[in-house]
Amino acid sequence: MSSLANSAVLSVDRLSVSFTDANGVLHALEDVSFAVQPRQFVSVLGPSGCGKSTLLRILGGLLSPTKGAVTFRGQPLIRPRREIGFVFQNANLMPWRSVFANIALPLELQGLPAEEIAARVDELIDLVGLHGFEDWLPRDLSGGMAQRVAIARALAHDPEVLLLDEPFGALDALTREQMEAELLRIWRLRRKTVIMVTHAIPEAVYLSDRVIVLSPRPGRICLDTPISLPRPRQQALQYTPEFGELALRLRAAIG
Amino acid sequence: MRTRRTWLLLISLATLLLGWQTVIWLVDLPSFILPAPISVARRFWLIVQDGSLARHLGTTVTEVLLGLALGLFSATLLGYLLAKSPTVERLLSPYIVASQAVPMVAVAPLLVIWLGPGMLSKVLIAALIVFFPVLVNTVVGMRAVPEELRALMRSLQATRWQTLRLLEIPAALPVFFGGLRVGATLAVIGAVVGEFVGADRGLGFLINLGRGLYDTALVFVSVFVLIGLALALYGIVVALEARLLAWQQRPDP
Repeated sequence: MSSLANSAVLSVDRLSVSFTDANGVLHALEDVSFAVQPRQFVSVLGPSGCGKSTLLRILGGLLSPTKGAVTFRGQPLIRPRREIGFVFQNANLMPWRSVFANIALPLELQGLPAEEIAARVDELIDLVGLHGFEDWLPRDLSGGMAQRVAIARALAHDPEVLLLDEPFGALDALTREQMEAELLRIWRLRRKTVIMVTHAIPEAVYLSDRVIVLSPRPGRICLDTPISLPRPRQQALQYTPEFGELALRLRAAIG
Repeated sequence: MRTRRTWLLLISLATLLLGWQTVIWLVDLPSFILPAPISVARRFWLIVQDGSLARHLGTTVTEVLLGLALGLFSATLLGYLLAKSPTVERLLSPYIVASQAVPMVAVAPLLVIWLGPGMLSKVLIAALIVFFPVLVNTVVGMRAVPEELRALMRSLQATRWQTLRLLEIPAALPVFFGGLRVGATLAVIGAVVGEFVGADRGLGFLINLGRGLYDTALVFVSVFVLIGLALALYGIVVALEARLLAWQQRPDP
């Protein structure tokens, strides 16, 4: 186990988070521990308000833990890092920037020369299949297209880890299916470590190598299981008995 | 569509002039009460020719622009600080709110006493009038920056300056422009109020002069030029807005 812990990209050790507001103390997460191996696709599954988004914000260095520690490659994670990319709920694009400029943002912040930015953004636009939409503004994009832009933006500075906060929650079922397939394709091509928060059980099973289930508030790990279905996976997999069994087990764990 | 609008505007102006002239024909008013349109036009041409209109207009425009610039600069700067720091806000907001209870027209004589009848007092009055609406809109605009986009900038390790330039300014701009529209027209009022109180130049002075000489046509000319000035400023702001905020407007269907 210790060798596994050493090779981990991200590890979370006895993490607790609580918020204090006018109504008193709110325990969002309690005693959460796990370690994520390189190139693993991990889903964090749980009902609304189980603190899974809070967990993701901690992994992104956007929030600090009340108790416990988070380490990235053995170093304490106390602020956002370039090696960790974040995909927000609802795309979170800048409405005044075109598709191209939104994807270019992380590179611009790094201060790269314009030609290099253009070359890398063009490549990303190809990767997410948005060729021809470079100059469109976010208001003219569909939900699926906007989320493609968000994924491309998160990949722009080539982070090792990709954190996804319910990325497809706002999409209709068919678009969602399409985007899941897209995400798998991109994950295979770019070999990233992915941690995705979701409340959709089939999505978690279909995409992941491993699913961590959180209980309702305060969030505790109530199941941490590998998903050893063969890859590459097709949508049809969702209708096999093995898939159904796994989904049922996860459903039962949520309670 | 555009030509139709232009036509409607022309028709409405012509109707106004005709109505005005009709009053002159029907009621026998002395010209110092209501001058005929033609004598106003003649008066206008006269001060255009002797160059005095250009001189007075130039003075007022300079005061308005300097006052607007000063008011904008100080209000945006203070607005940014207020939005950023709750401590600064708690310290200053009582005074800022109280300052709005002070009628600027009543303070104008004081400023003229302190700063003299020159340009400086008018610039300051204009700046003071512009200050509040721009300040409020800057604070509201900064508060309107979506929290999720702030988190994005943090996750990308943006510096303070990058966050200001690439997120806060563009996100606050629509609300800021609301303040600027109001501010641009208020600056004209500020400058004229200052000129009323004490000045030897400017359109406000010209109105005072016309009143003293019972040269009502001159008063009319000055008022019309002032309206034109305020409309022009407003038009510039609107055009600038359309340019900078093109991302907000849907193309015309």
